[in-house]
Amino acid sequence: MTRLTRRGLLRSGAAAGMLAASGLPLQAQMKRGGRLRAGLAGANTSDNWDSRTHSDNFMQNAGNGCVFDSLTEVAADGTLIGELAESWEATPDAKTWTFNLRQGVTFHNGKPFGADDVIESLMLHTAEDSKSAAKPIVSAITEMKKITDHQVQFVLADGNADLPYLLSDYHLNIYPAGQIEEAIAKGIGTGLYQVVSFDPGVRFVGKRVDSHYKDGRAGFFDEIEFIAINDSTARMNALLTGQVDAINRIDVKTEALIKANPMVNLQEVTGNRHFTFPMLTNVAPFNDVNVRRALKYGINRQELLDKILLGHGRVGNDTPIGPANQYYAGDMEQLSYDPDKAAFYLKEAGMDSLNIDLSASSAAFAGAVDAAQLYQSSAKPAGININVVQESADGYWSNVWLKKPFCASFWSGRATEDWMFSSAYEDGAPWNDSQWGTEDSARFQELLVMGRKELDSAKRREIYTEMQMILRDDGGVIIPMFANWVQGVSNKIATPNTIGNLWGMDNARMAERWAMA
Amino acid sequence: MPGVLKIILQRLALGVLTLFIVSIVIFTAVNMLPGDFAELILGQGATPEAVASIRRDLGLDQPALTRYFEWLGDMLTGNLGTSFAQLNFQTNMGGGEMKTVVSQIAPRFANTMFLAGVTAAIAVPFALMLGILSALYRNSVFDRFTNIFTLSSISSPEFFLAYILILFLAVLNPILPSLSNIYEGMGFGERLQKTLLPALTLTLVVTAHMMRMTRAAIINLLASPYIEMARLKGMSPMRVIVKHALPNALAPIINVIALNLAYLITGVVVVEVVFVYPGIGQLFVDAVKIRDIPVVQACCLIFAGAYILLNLTADILSVLSNPRLRHPK
Repeated sequence: MTRLTRRGLLRSGAAAGMLAASGLPLQAQMKRGGRLRAGLAGANTSDNWDSRTHSDNFMQNAGNGCVFDSLTEVAADGTLIGELAESWEATPDAKTWTFNLRQGVTFHNGKPFGADDVIESLMLHTAEDSKSAAKPIVSAITEMKKITDHQVQFVLADGNADLPYLLSDYHLNIYPAGQIEEAIAKGIGTGLYQVVSFDPGVRFVGKRVDSHYKDGRAGFFDEIEFIAINDSTARMNALLTGQVDAINRIDVKTEALIKANPMVNLQEVTGNRHFTFPMLTNVAPFNDVNVRRALKYGINRQELLDKILLGHGRVGNDTPIGPANQYYAGDMEQLSYDPDKAAFYLKEAGMDSLNIDLSASSAAFAGAVDAAQLYQSSAKPAGININVVQESADGYWSNVWLKKPFCASFWSGRATEDWMFSSAYEDGAPWNDSQWGTEDSARFQELLVMGRKELDSAKRREIYTEMQMILRDDGGVIIPMFANWVQGVSNKIATPNTIGNLWGMDNARMAERWAMA
Repeated sequence: MPGVLKIILQRLALGVLTLFIVSIVIFTAVNMLPGDFAELILGQGATPEAVASIRRDLGLDQPALTRYFEWLGDMLTGNLGTSFAQLNFQTNMGGGEMKTVVSQIAPRFANTMFLAGVTAAIAVPFALMLGILSALYRNSVFDRFTNIFTLSSISSPEFFLAYILILFLAVLNPILPSLSNIYEGMGFGERLQKTLLPALTLTLVVTAHMMRMTRAAIINLLASPYIEMARLKGMSPMRVIVKHALPNALAPIINVIALNLAYLITGVVVVEVVFVYPGIGQLFVDAVKIRDIPVVQACCLIFAGAYILLNLTADILSVLSNPRLRHPK
């Protein structure tokens, strides 16, 4: 899904030729050495090594991407591989899970890694008053048992086939048991890079550990330097003047600067991050499925994608499941802009015209107000009069989102279908921003529970495809577009052919997966 | 010099009063901003329970008046407190050492002072020299050009000047780095090199004011009889200006220099953000974004304090440089 430029094509074309000649996987040509300097947005002076507080790309990259490991890891192609866990198995009800842990792993301070570290680290998230974003994942585990030093068993309250996936979450880093406080103060993990210096909101420097269980397949740089650059122009300048080798979150308006510079390339992947217009399905007129359908046909998704994201994304189909998900129904028929159909459904709802307010603010996503205005003009021919209410960005999430019946919002997406649906579409979930429930679709809620326990991949695909169809046809959230991760990489850096699309910067694991060219 | 001492004491007392008023204004202003720390740190995940729990932990559920006086009490005992971000982290962790606002600000403030120092070392001699030369060759092409150049640079927004300098000195001719991410343990030479672009930007911003004042003050004096006397003695024009005019023009010049030095400490926010310079300005912006009141308050007090102290210094120096003020009749 990486977009190829002419230059990139030449380079990777040459690489592919070599690959064919040697028969070696591309990874084998990655050579050790050098220093990766990256300018990253998403840093804050309150950053620290407590992964429960991690929420943005800088600490994702420095924490889970350099210093710490979790039990499992989502590979660049979306498959799940073991990290500190080597293998795992579940009982048929998906309730009891046994994880076999990797042997011979040590923390940066020399302490050997074992089952106690896993249990104690996970318990951090369920501590009383814990504000961890991963609390729901861990609190679903009712019992954690150490079977041997390198085997743990988790018992869940309800079966969940996604547990190994969930344990790859970047909040669930493993710390050394009994020394967690020190480990959080200094940054002591089992990752490929150990902390040399860390100045919150300013800079992180890491040094490759001498020997690591990922030797040969990851961790090619000798040193890592992450520089906090929250200002997008400054980030771009740093890349263009060669002071950093990679930057995240490129402002797509400045894309031309990258294309004009022979030293840097644009790296672009479509993931799960999506922009939405949720409507409260328990509030009139949105409780009428025909009104929702009218609104679905009244939005010109392609126009929004072209004008708001300048084409850097793909149109949405009113389901939150994106290309970075396993069971993404990409071949499902696409909703299109059709004012006649919109007018038809409006008639079905017994109306000639509809007057509604749409609340938007730049807090929801960059360009949200413009997007709402485009929606306004595309819905007009169908007799839908949208009044765009521009809300203040401050306090948007507490005063507007979940409160106003129709507003703009965004989701960064989740690694698994079940996680996404249970966060935002399960009856009664706190962030269910369309108040989508059993009343609207008993079938959806039933499938949600079924899919969670199902271990058979083919059956899960059926279940999740049907759920995506229900959301497309009846759902209360309009999802016009998925936004790409757009990042810039210098040609001094070699990147693999497949770039992770779950989070920015190769799933925040560029330090592990990239190398000097 | 009891006169000078009295002035100093008076001004210091007034300064403390000013700081007090500033702290009230800032506290009120930050409280009037929509959203508070709990809501902003949680962002989209701000469930009512999570917000309430953070507010309880940080004492944000207390009335504003109580919170202000608690902060004031702590401040008077020399304790600037702990930032909300740190406190929030702390309640998550339980135990352990905490960074206070002071230890958070100190390294950033040192960086800002370094930038101000480098800028002053370039800007002050540069402005004085330009001022003297344009007074000497007043109304010449040089004078006109200097005026146009400095006035247009002071009239442009700082980020614009910064980008122009980046364009010419970092992108088109890669002489200087556009990224000024200095850090602890960096050698002085490298630090200086990284600081040069922001320092040059600030130089462009502050030069005009100082240069124009120098020029005006000197030209003002050039009409006085004692200057004419010096000229009649056959002194060279340069010597007349440096030896006779400049000492008498010092008072207003010092005042302007002090004002601009204060600006170098307090007005660097934009420049620090553009060049990613880890100074107090960036810290301030970050703190305002998440409504971290203890940090915002501390930064503002430092900014206000810098203004007050530098103004005071300017006043004292101008008194000292003027015998008529030094020995009032």
